[in-house]
Amino acid sequence: MKQFLGFLRKEFLHIFRDPRTMIIIFGIPVVQLMLFGKVISTDIQNAKIAILDQSHDNTTREISSKLLSSGYFVLGQELLPGDNVEDVFRQGKVKMIVTFGPEFEHNLERDGKADVQLLADASDPNTARILTNYASGIINDYVKKEKLQNIQLPDQINVEVRMLYNEGLKSVYMFVPGIMAMILMLISAMMTSISISKEKEMGTMEVLLASPLKPIQIVLGKVTPYLLLSFINALTIILLGVFVFGVPIKGSFLLLMGEAFLFILMALSLGILISTVAPNQMVAMFISLLGLMLPTILLSGFIFPIQNMPLPLRIVSNILPPRWFIVIIRNIMLKGTGIQYIWKETMVLIFMAFTFIALSIKNFKIRLE
Amino acid sequence: MKTLFYVLQKEFIQVKRNKVMLRMIIMIPIVQMLVLVFAATYDLKNVNVFLVDQDLSSTSRKLASKIDASPFFTINNTSFNPEDGENEILNNRDDMVLVIPKDFERNLMREDKANLQLLVNAIDGQSAQIGYSYAASVIGGFNKDIIADWKGLPEFKPPYQINTVSRFWYNSELEYKWYMAPGVLALLVTLIGLNLSSTSLVKEKEDGTIEQLNVTPIRKIQFLAGKLIPFIVIALFDLSFGLFLARMVFNLPIVGNLGLVFGFGVLYLVGILGLGLFISTVADTQQQVMFVTFFFMMIFILMSGIFTPVESMPQWAQTIDQINPVYHFMRVLRMVVLKGSHFGDLIHEFVALSILGFTFLTLALKRYRKTA
Repeated sequence: MKQFLGFLRKEFLHIFRDPRTMIIIFGIPVVQLMLFGKVISTDIQNAKIAILDQSHDNTTREISSKLLSSGYFVLGQELLPGDNVEDVFRQGKVKMIVTFGPEFEHNLERDGKADVQLLADASDPNTARILTNYASGIINDYVKKEKLQNIQLPDQINVEVRMLYNEGLKSVYMFVPGIMAMILMLISAMMTSISISKEKEMGTMEVLLASPLKPIQIVLGKVTPYLLLSFINALTIILLGVFVFGVPIKGSFLLLMGEAFLFILMALSLGILISTVAPNQMVAMFISLLGLMLPTILLSGFIFPIQNMPLPLRIVSNILPPRWFIVIIRNIMLKGTGIQYIWKETMVLIFMAFTFIALSIKNFKIRLE
Repeated sequence: MKTLFYVLQKEFIQVKRNKVMLRMIIMIPIVQMLVLVFAATYDLKNVNVFLVDQDLSSTSRKLASKIDASPFFTINNTSFNPEDGENEILNNRDDMVLVIPKDFERNLMREDKANLQLLVNAIDGQSAQIGYSYAASVIGGFNKDIIADWKGLPEFKPPYQINTVSRFWYNSELEYKWYMAPGVLALLVTLIGLNLSSTSLVKEKEDGTIEQLNVTPIRKIQFLAGKLIPFIVIALFDLSFGLFLARMVFNLPIVGNLGLVFGFGVLYLVGILGLGLFISTVADTQQQVMFVTFFFMMIFILMSGIFTPVESMPQWAQTIDQINPVYHFMRVLRMVVLKGSHFGDLIHEFVALSILGFTFLTLALKRYRKTA
């Protein structure tokens, strides 16, 4: 036992003596949360547009001012009839051009209808679609209020919509579980695999194996510091999410930490497994980055919803542990469910952890021969 | 000059001998183009809807079948009880519940007004909004159909109508993959460049060959050039390979001048690789280099506008982005490939990338010591 504790102390010292890595380990979650909480957003506001007004009458001026005061649009450029539309888009100055034809008000009064052209820069199709929708909405609203004085249209089906679990539609609610999954994978899986591979590469692993320490003690000693670090990080992320961004914990906090612990165990066993197949640090790093981090970020439902992906990618997503973890965390924090709703996902994680441990043991034994 | 030539020769030979690296150079563009571009989409494919029909009239059934018939919605289960619907959402089986209350048909016929309730799982706010707007338009269409059917009137024509005609330039199909592909290409070029360059430098340190190089008369700049130029070339090769793949797989239009793309590519890579070299001169271990680089690149990439528009970011973030080389290169790629922008349109990006490139390179040069 004393041997084990001594070994454990060495491992902790190794980590703490590297202040740069420590800063990064604790800095990454904080920075990620800040980025996803305050910076990354899909809300479109203050989009630069240009208005080409060939009429300059009261109606066009009113519509223009309604558009520009909506908060969605900002005047990037005032266009003159001679200006080349292509140039404006190619210079990337505006995202949309609103065009009123000549005699706009006149046509509206006389024929009862007039056209507004919305030219959108669809190189970013998502933004283009949203901007044209906003503009149409504002213009239709204007017609209803100003011209029709809110005439009641017949046979209205009124849809009352309730946005559940996230009334404010804050994107940070969706991201916090994903950030947790990513950070835990990073620390538990990647750093563990790198640490063990490093010992193998340096040759000090042989020295360890020649010592009275049993192999299981070596592995446990290597893994325990990262277990602790991961746990601290998980806690940090949750606390930051709750207190800085107002993400709720509707369900049981204990269950939340329990599931996080399970995920950390799974990730640690995965790290050990990687270290048994990687001959040196670089390979371990590569496998972790390309095989774990990248798929975690892209395919686990962290940012992009899984239902929208084509079938082959959805299948791949199912073998990624973070995908299940994210569902669990979202359920506990945002929907407030108990274990009865997430037992399936939990079983998947337990199964994966066992598989990785079993595979690691098998590989480890062979390697040590 | 001859020294530089020999250094480059050595670097290329080393790359050729490294089978793992070669495989990566081919595989990574393929994987990124195929996986990333297809995964990163906001196009709504399918929303599972739970139907709570408390009216059970022919009208409510018509509405249900109209929703089910839509390519975006699938009604898997129905029930009489709204709580079952909420349960389904908690169970992660459905993401939307449509509640048709009792007397729906009767209210619509007698009083020209009826209510519907839509419960939407809003954890993913964007998908929720998109799903809701599709549902609203299906219901709106149903509304119009009813008016036509029952009242036998043609569509109600308001006295005033302003038609908004939308024209989508450069991407009339609104194909999101066309937007993602240049973004992924920029990411690809960055990752390959940084990875190869830092791997090569670290390997030299570990093998001890860096000491051998340091005792030769080789000048710092020649050594660093040897660590930059081959990988810029390889990264650009990957860029063209990626573009070719994008063209083949999703018909990405390449409107602008490819020469501009490659020219800016060189400028951008000099900056990024310079940054990578600088980081490896200040770090002690491989692990540190990897982590610090990962840290900075993660911030740069996320803020570059690859997944979410830069215009949606707060003002202070947009200001910081001015020193983000990935942001500028991303803009260049998208503008040249999709819109055919000329050099004159990209002066701002050119100046920014030049300053950044020069700064990072100078930092790397100054920090690098030929003595260990």
